[in-house]
Amino acid sequence: MAQPSQRPLSPHITIWKWGPHMLVSILHRATGDGMAILGGLLLLWWLYAVSAGSEAYGIFQYYVWHAATGDVWGLVANIIGKIVLIGLSWAFIQHMFSGLRHFVMDIGAGYELNANKRWSVAITAVSVVLTAALWAWLLVGRA
Amino acid sequence: MSNGTELGKVRGLGAAKEGTHHWITQRMTAVSNLLLAVWLFASLLLLPSLDHWAVTGWLAQPSVAIPMILFLISVFSHLRLGLQVLVEDYVHDEGLKFVSLMFVNFYAIVGTVFGIYCVVRISFGGAL
Repeated sequence: MAQPSQRPLSPHITIWKWGPHMLVSILHRATGDGMAILGGLLLLWWLYAVSAGSEAYGIFQYYVWHAATGDVWGLVANIIGKIVLIGLSWAFIQHMFSGLRHFVMDIGAGYELNANKRWSVAITAVSVVLTAALWAWLLVGRA
Repeated sequence: MSNGTELGKVRGLGAAKEGTHHWITQRMTAVSNLLLAVWLFASLLLLPSLDHWAVTGWLAQPSVAIPMILFLISVFSHLRLGLQVLVEDYVHDEGLKFVSLMFVNFYAIVGTVFGIYCVVRISFGGAL
């Protein structure tokens, strides 16, 4: 019987190494589907609240952003609401930039290993920085 | 698979059973999402206040209500395609896949219509 092959077995379904291009690809799907469900429902709730009157709008604002100080469940809802809003804003920025990356790749550009890696790293980093800058401005700069 | 043309041999294969229409529509709605979402979020961030009176007055204008309706159509069409791919890739049981895809389609269509109804209600004098 022949000697076992010395050729590498990788890439294999369970043998792989994380790369920036993989991260961007997975984040594109995760942020897109996250926004599709959480963002879609939140948008509809917000539009409904605006249309249904100031009381319904007040309920939206109460649970998403500022509940009364003594209301424990309201404050829990606020923490979730703020995490969701900050998460959605990051998801939007990340998805927008990786979507623009897809447009570039759709015309056949940006597949060179170094360029692909560089843009993937840049998109991921810039999205986090822009999200932080946005919330710093909203919570500190503008207030 | 024996005699057919090269194209006939590959038609209907793959998880989605079809090809470019999905891809092109996803790109088309991606471009409209980009324009409309940047407009929407920039406008919201620039509003002097997000209280009910300010938001209602803003959304009631035709120059806001029309792009907002377009945004709902664009976003819910795009997310329908995205969620469809998610189901096709990860739900392997044919029956469950069928039900999941139906749910995705219902969510997208109900979401679009409900959202448009809310915008129309605000435009034509919603509750205060």
